[in-house]
Amino acid sequence: MKFKLKIWRQKNAKAKGQFESFSIENISSDTSFLEMLDILNNRLISEGKEPIAFDHDCREGICGMCSLYINGRAHGPDDDVTTCQLHMRKFRDGDTITIEPWRSAAFPVIRDLAVNRYAFDQILQAGGFVSVNTGGVPDGNAVPIAKPDADEAMDAAACIGCGACVATCKNGSAMLFVAARVSSLAKLPQGRVEATGRAKAMVAKMDELGFGGCTNTQACEAECPKAISISHIARLNREFLCAKLQD
Amino acid sequence: MSNIFCSSIGKKLIMSLSGLFLVIFLLLHVSINVTALFSQNAYNAACRFMDTNILIQVMVPVLALGFAVHILFSLIITVKNQKARPVKYSVSSKTETSSWAAKNMFVIGVIVLCFLGLHLTHFWAKMQLQHFIGGHGEDNPYALVYTLFGEWYYCVLYVVWIAALYFHISHGFWSAFQTLGINNSKWIPRLQIIAKIYAILVALAFISIPLYFILGLGEPPK
Ligand code: HEM
Ligand code: SF4
Ligand code: FES
Repeated sequence: MKFKLKIWRQKNAKAKGQFESFSIENISSDTSFLEMLDILNNRLISEGKEPIAFDHDCREGICGMCSLYINGRAHGPDDDVTTCQLHMRKFRDGDTITIEPWRSAAFPVIRDLAVNRYAFDQILQAGGFVSVNTGGVPDGNAVPIAKPDADEAMDAAACIGCGACVATCKNGSAMLFVAARVSSLAKLPQGRVEATGRAKAMVAKMDELGFGGCTNTQACEAECPKAISISHIARLNREFLCAKLQD
Repeated sequence: MSNIFCSSIGKKLIMSLSGLFLVIFLLLHVSINVTALFSQNAYNAACRFMDTNILIQVMVPVLALGFAVHILFSLIITVKNQKARPVKYSVSSKTETSSWAAKNMFVIGVIVLCFLGLHLTHFWAKMQLQHFIGGHGEDNPYALVYTLFGEWYYCVLYVVWIAALYFHISHGFWSAFQTLGINNSKWIPRLQIIAKIYAILVALAFISIPLYFILGLGEPPK
């Protein structure tokens, strides 16, 4: 297959970026999107040019490191997958593909397509710890957890922290990410202990770091590679409002 | 309660409570309006009730406050959200990820507000306001409705206004419950349907009145 690529190039956080066009040929339909970029980068290196910077790590959809806004969608045209799990067969031969970095005040561009998502780590740090008893390995069945609760906690825990929700949201809001992290712990007895404090601290951090607020557009849910539901945002609102009203 | 309204979620709490208050107000307003479809006497009696009932008199300033708060916080929230996304994408997908109304709540709200100003000067200033400032209210409110809705251009403006209101509520109604945290995966789709039904019913009821008069079904004013 062959493609025309329009890729965002930017030297560093302060530089003014612009799009650069490339043509690429002889790409197998089974090539992954990131492998396609690898092929392009190899070519650029052999031509003595600067390769395109983009984030990636596991390349199996679990680490949350890959990003990219591809043809107007976070993680590209396929549903419920990360960019590393996207394949060129999802495009048509001869397509023009526009690749942009995540756009959000809280995620400044580091270089080209790589953005700084340290703000997510700061929110997690603000969330604090989970109290667990030390000692021997506890019996796996010692703490009974209802199946629906366990399921919901697991669904929320599927969040890989990629930031597609922020990138997609017209308000650059991190509510889906924060909601997933708050829910996955609040739904379990172990995480329940600090749940109210956690909700308050994480929301305060999120606001402080320049993320926008949620206006319930549901765009995040549609683009989240792990299909995290906005019902978790309702739970976060509930947790936060109850906690604040008790203060 | 400490500094709850400084937080993004606290500000949305105010939006949702004031929004739901306005949603309830609309229900009262539209029920008064539809009496015009029954008869001249019924409508004028309903207007007299609105001008004299003590509870309504108390609620009018509360309503004004509700509007003011809703609009003020919509500005604060919209400005903050715009700042959080300073650079726009050059390509936006055609895939529908959220409803048109959800994405344009502020613009729709401003449209509602503009027509609201027009509406207040044409009706309210001549009717209820007069009872507040000790002036002389319209003797026959039905006649006022009859003349204004006899003009096709006014009817068109009115329908555009109500259409904007329809979009605002079809998203706002369920969104308010989501903001309050009274929602889960079962109730999100249910509330979205209830919001649509509510918005359609209210919009149709409002629009039925200019339609009734422009079609010449109204009684000539006494
Ligand atoms: C009768 C008139 C109105 C009704 C019934 C109404 C109702 C609502 C409701 C129920 C919400 C949802 C709140 C939430 O998501 O928690 C809302 C949101 C909103 N309203 Fe209104 N509203 C009215 C007029 C206006 C006006 C005049 C404006 C402004 C200029 C406005 C601007 C907004 C904005 C920007 C939002 C979105 C806020 C957000 O999602 O964060 N509204 N409205
Ligand atoms: S909620 Fe979904 S889109 Fe947002 S960071 Fe987690 S996995 Fe990514
Ligand atoms: S590279 Fe790890 S999720 Fe894509």
